[in-house]
Amino acid sequence: MSPIVQGLITIIVGVGGCVGYFFLSNLVLDKVIFPPRGDDAGRNINRANMVRPWLFLFPALFALGLYLVYPVIGSFVRSLYNRSGDEFIGFGNYTTMFAEEGFQTAFFNNFLWVIFVPAASTFLGLLVAQLTDRLSWGNIAKSLIFMPMAISFVGASLIWKFVYANDPDVGIINAIRFALGATQPLDVLQLSFWNNFFLMVILVWIQTGFAMVILSAALRGIPEETVEAAIIDGANPFQVFFKIKVPQIMGTIVVVWTTITILVLKVFDIVYAMTGGNFDTEILPSYMMDYMFRDDGRATAVAFVIMIIVLPVMIWNIQNARKEMR
Amino acid sequence: MDNIAGTKSSLSIVTNLSVGFLVLLWLIPTIGLLVSSFRDRDQITESGWWRSFSAVEQTFRIRADTEDVRREGDLYVIEGNIFAADEFTEIEGNQLDTIAGFGGTSRDPQGTEPGETAELSRDRTLTVQENGDYRYTSPEEIDREPSIYFAAQTPPDFSLENYETIMNSDNMDRAFINTLTVTIPATIIPILIAAFAAYALAWMDFKGRGLLIALVVGLLVVPLQLALVPMLTLHNQIGIGQSYIGIWLAHTGFGLPLAIYLLRNYMVGLPRDIIESAKVDGATDFQVFTKIVLPLSFPALASFAIFQFLWTWNDLLVAKVFLPSNSESWVMTVKIADDLLGSRGGDWGILAAAAFISIAVPLIVFFTMQRYLVRGLLAGSVK
Repeated sequence: MSPIVQGLITIIVGVGGCVGYFFLSNLVLDKVIFPPRGDDAGRNINRANMVRPWLFLFPALFALGLYLVYPVIGSFVRSLYNRSGDEFIGFGNYTTMFAEEGFQTAFFNNFLWVIFVPAASTFLGLLVAQLTDRLSWGNIAKSLIFMPMAISFVGASLIWKFVYANDPDVGIINAIRFALGATQPLDVLQLSFWNNFFLMVILVWIQTGFAMVILSAALRGIPEETVEAAIIDGANPFQVFFKIKVPQIMGTIVVVWTTITILVLKVFDIVYAMTGGNFDTEILPSYMMDYMFRDDGRATAVAFVIMIIVLPVMIWNIQNARKEMR
Repeated sequence: MDNIAGTKSSLSIVTNLSVGFLVLLWLIPTIGLLVSSFRDRDQITESGWWRSFSAVEQTFRIRADTEDVRREGDLYVIEGNIFAADEFTEIEGNQLDTIAGFGGTSRDPQGTEPGETAELSRDRTLTVQENGDYRYTSPEEIDREPSIYFAAQTPPDFSLENYETIMNSDNMDRAFINTLTVTIPATIIPILIAAFAAYALAWMDFKGRGLLIALVVGLLVVPLQLALVPMLTLHNQIGIGQSYIGIWLAHTGFGLPLAIYLLRNYMVGLPRDIIESAKVDGATDFQVFTKIVLPLSFPALASFAIFQFLWTWNDLLVAKVFLPSNSESWVMTVKIADDLLGSRGGDWGILAAAAFISIAVPLIVFFTMQRYLVRGLLAGSVK
């Protein structure tokens, strides 16, 4: 069966199934199990209304439980077993992994990524948001800087492969170097240590637009009186920005920063497409993919390390959400 | 606020300039890719794309025709015109008419100025005029057709050739359809499931609601790397294996937290009066949901649809794990990352065309629906 037909059938079955499930389950609940008739009419309506939320929630909870909650436990358990999964080795995968140089490099590089990418994206995003705030063509400028958000990490990697290309007739970096008098092309992706930053630039290029959009909205939300008051008191534009505006949107800056941090811990595409993890550019997600399909014990152990790193943000998010609901 | 004294300052010129600079910086890589994808494959490596609108000096080779050998004293001589050579009329469509330099060996293909004579090994000589007339002499009999290398200015050559090559010979059309097949069900199905759940979390009262919302918020950041091994194992056990069904389910699961979170935040903000008066009039929850809440939530639904579409279209990780790794089921990202970057590593024109095919649809979606995308981002992040 051709995949298109299969896809169409899936859409019909999936959508039809969902609608049918919700419709029929409500029907059964109202007409068969707790009919609002007879002696228990009132009680039945109440009972039906107690059950109904769970009817609405069931498919979502089932999918969430299966694809996101179960794997946390499943991965942890799997990481305690050896490569083939038949022998319990406790934390063996973790101890061999931590002792391995490849993992340490990946961990260190990931640390660099987590420091640099959110900082650079947030800073540039804030800069663009502020600069375009009162510009007549600000919306066009923002739209163009936002554009890389739509491009896949693989597509972006390819775009930047052109920029970094060795041949000075293809790569603009080497073209500039030659114009400035260099005679040997330089492969920036093989430049030990610094190559990590050339890879990070790609993610910064993508994520700046995200930071910009959110911070721009936050800047718009600042009460104008505060800015006006500062100007009347003689503040110059820089003081207005750093002392009046930035403190007021600090909360949003933190949210943007953490969102990008979480993303950094998930992106393996850029390293995979650009260097394949060679030249000491491995990060945890790409390190994990090296072991995927080969050593599931090790792969799940890496995934669980990523989970542990994300955990504080998760707890912080939940606390914030709860605070807000009260 | 423009009427406040002091806001319009010399800073505005600096602002305009620096925004212009940043926008340019952001656009240059993409423009490079776009321009390169239309350029002739040989021209790409001869001059940078930033010079693609001026003529390019390219080197060519023809073979002198041994049928025309004459004797001139002790010498064997071939005379002819480069631009009249068969090979050349075939390749370049005879657009060129000026020689910029020439040579007799591949090591030095353009070192000699037109009009001068190049001394080759074994006392042979080669002279090429600017208009393409050449004269080749040798003291020995000429048994093989001698090669003549030359450089000429070729005009800019833009065409759809790269796109045709990649679509016809490289199975990219198949990958495109595969991507579409993965993306559409994986976008539609989670929306429906999430919408019902979001309604329950926003407008129904029941025990444990707060806990469930907290759970959804927590699941937003769970790295999906965790799900890869256990879920693939499970898929294999229940017989789905690596297949489209598997990847649709996986994308649905991974997209749900954001979907529920976005939709719930939006639905909570709907006016309470409408919903309560509908209930007073005897509408059931199911009717309130389908007739009132769902239509009113259209902007949020659109936001999430765009997110999920972009995310599934651009995804590499999930496709690599949950789809079979044979070339028939490659989606475009996998095709580019695993196949083209290796097999076509130096073929920049083909790579650029492939990349552009894969990013064209997301870019169209992005520019036409940016409004919803921005709204979704704001709803999802600003707390």
